[in-house]
Amino acid sequence: MTEFQGLEPYIRNRRKEKQILLMTHIVMGYPSFEASYQIVRQMVEEGVDLMELQIPFSEPMADGPVILKANQKAIESGSTVEKCMAFAKRVAADFNIPFLFMSYANILYKYGMDRFAQKMANLGLAGAIVPDLPPEEADDYLTAMAAHNLAPIYIYSPETSDARMKTIDAVSKGFIYCLARKGVTGKNTDFTQDMADYLRRCKQATNLPLAVGFGVKDRSDIAFLKGKADIAVVGSQTIREVEEKGVDATAPFIRSLMR
Amino acid sequence: MKHRGYYGPFGGAFLPEILVATFDELESRFREIKGDPAFWEEYVSLMSSYSCRATPLTFAENLTAHFGGAKIYIKREDLNHTGAHKANNVMGQGLMVKRMGKRRVIAETGAGQHGVATATMAAKFGFDCTIYMGEVDVIRQRPNVFWMEQLGATVVPVTDGTRILKDAINEAFRDWVTNMDDTHYVLGTACGPHPFPEMVSYFQSIIGKEARKQILETEGRLPARVYACVGGGSNAMGLFSGFFDDPVELVGVEAGGKGIESGLHASRLCSNDASPGIAQGYKTYFLQDDDGQMKETHSISAGLDYVGVSPILAEMHDQGKARFEYATDDEVVAALKLTMQKEGIIPALESSHAFARAFKEAPEMSGDDIIIINQSGRGDKDIFTVADAFDDPKWKDFICAKAGEYQND
Ligand SMILES: Cc1ncc(COP(=O)(O)O)c(C=O)c1O
Repeated sequence: MTEFQGLEPYIRNRRKEKQILLMTHIVMGYPSFEASYQIVRQMVEEGVDLMELQIPFSEPMADGPVILKANQKAIESGSTVEKCMAFAKRVAADFNIPFLFMSYANILYKYGMDRFAQKMANLGLAGAIVPDLPPEEADDYLTAMAAHNLAPIYIYSPETSDARMKTIDAVSKGFIYCLARKGVTGKNTDFTQDMADYLRRCKQATNLPLAVGFGVKDRSDIAFLKGKADIAVVGSQTIREVEEKGVDATAPFIRSLMR
Repeated sequence: MKHRGYYGPFGGAFLPEILVATFDELESRFREIKGDPAFWEEYVSLMSSYSCRATPLTFAENLTAHFGGAKIYIKREDLNHTGAHKANNVMGQGLMVKRMGKRRVIAETGAGQHGVATATMAAKFGFDCTIYMGEVDVIRQRPNVFWMEQLGATVVPVTDGTRILKDAINEAFRDWVTNMDDTHYVLGTACGPHPFPEMVSYFQSIIGKEARKQILETEGRLPARVYACVGGGSNAMGLFSGFFDDPVELVGVEAGGKGIESGLHASRLCSNDASPGIAQGYKTYFLQDDDGQMKETHSISAGLDYVGVSPILAEMHDQGKARFEYATDDEVVAALKLTMQKEGIIPALESSHAFARAFKEAPEMSGDDIIIINQSGRGDKDIFTVADAFDDPKWKDFICAKAGEYQND
């Protein structure tokens, strides 16, 4: 990761060339760090625009069965925070897209908020998504992220009121992650008029780019999001593809999404 | 939502965004009922007609004579409907669910007592009911699984993680983030995001209110110490809260498992193995590694086998407002046996932790001292575990014969 000047300008520039960007997700160390590297490589080569690197946690409350199992298996096979940091450093050096950490509050808390943010900056990461750290609980986190010029990515949900969307917007940088629906990761989502209305509500609450995730799994889902959001997020589906067909299924899967 | 629900540095509400609105509603409903004396009256009246409140305070004459020290009293939460203090919290939340107009309840359960209590409440109030229970606990508390299902609940065995209480809590949250519109999560202990620790403690405070009144009526003076086992901390908070303003020592007893040195335990406050962390929506002492990954816990009792602990108790620990000890599996089985033989009372394995510790301290106390042990539940549910611990040959013969009958079906 070299020359992009902050996450938001990167997204805006990239959007000039593409109708919608693609963000993907991996659990670091699942099924192994070498496999994780190959998956990242194929994703970047196929044109993925940004990526979430999840540091596994033993209690991933917001994740559904697929990512939950990946978290557990990664920890069982020795994925530690230090190894994830080393991995992040390697991919951030080797591939020229923004990488974000995704994890749960306890991982950052145990590491120390400021130390964690400092480390992220040193590794060349662009920001973080921490689903169980709402703004009300995040003073230390927000201070640390700001001090190291990192983007705290916050989440909107269909349950979030207009007023609260504004509050969240005020502490967010980079983009806003809009949950496509209730529930956990990896379940089906209906891409319907309701969602279009909800995304319109999101757009009114913030000037930041919008990413949409939870249940985005194929080309038609992404096509639906064109014009309504800036970034489509594909999470569990890649893990499923790799589990079924192996690491080399990554590139064809990503290609099938973009075409 | 504000920064709220803190007890010193512990507590809070570390919620995924999708649940924030649900918790806002829960909090405002709870404020409403807490400020309404009529609600408490409705609650007490329900508990005295549907359950067995006030539960008795029993003088344990034979145990007192046996140890020759403090006078031992037992607060009989085992005589609640469904056989544990869990009913107090469940019926309170059930009344709230009616007010909120929801039609489905979900719960986690370890020992199965909270699950059974929730299933009865759901049957009585006409709610659909799903109970999440770790696969390990489904096996060790099989009688309670049977009753939950007969009561009309769906019991979902949780096969992720360590397959015990904390994993059941995670699964219940996963259900809730999908179904919060019509579903209330009846959390079973004084843990989790605000307002649960406060709310569960509020409903359980009925234990301490009664116990204080009863001991003053019987003895005309306060106890020197009160003992309660500590899983998530709800029965302990219930008993302790009756004595917050009194010169009474509060003793919480955690699961010592196979001993603290063995690492196979669930002692968060009395050992040095736990550290502050954030999980399951709140900040407290967790048994976790340096990365912040939760560790496997161990206890003979499913209800105390939990990585976290009430943030209110965590703060009381740090402030020296309560003392925390542990009892090992072996000590617990011995205490259970002695209580049965001397008093004809069968405490749950969870409750037996409080008995075991009290039995260690009572002989060294003066005959003028009074202690109260909270018998949080009855031991019937533990028949398989206790039969194994006693290695009872007649029970084994019976089980083998019964299995033979089923095989021939
Ligand atoms: C009989 C009994 N006692 C105690 C507990 C522990 O819970 P708490 O610490 O919330 O009272 C349980 C939990 O399942 C229980 O069933």
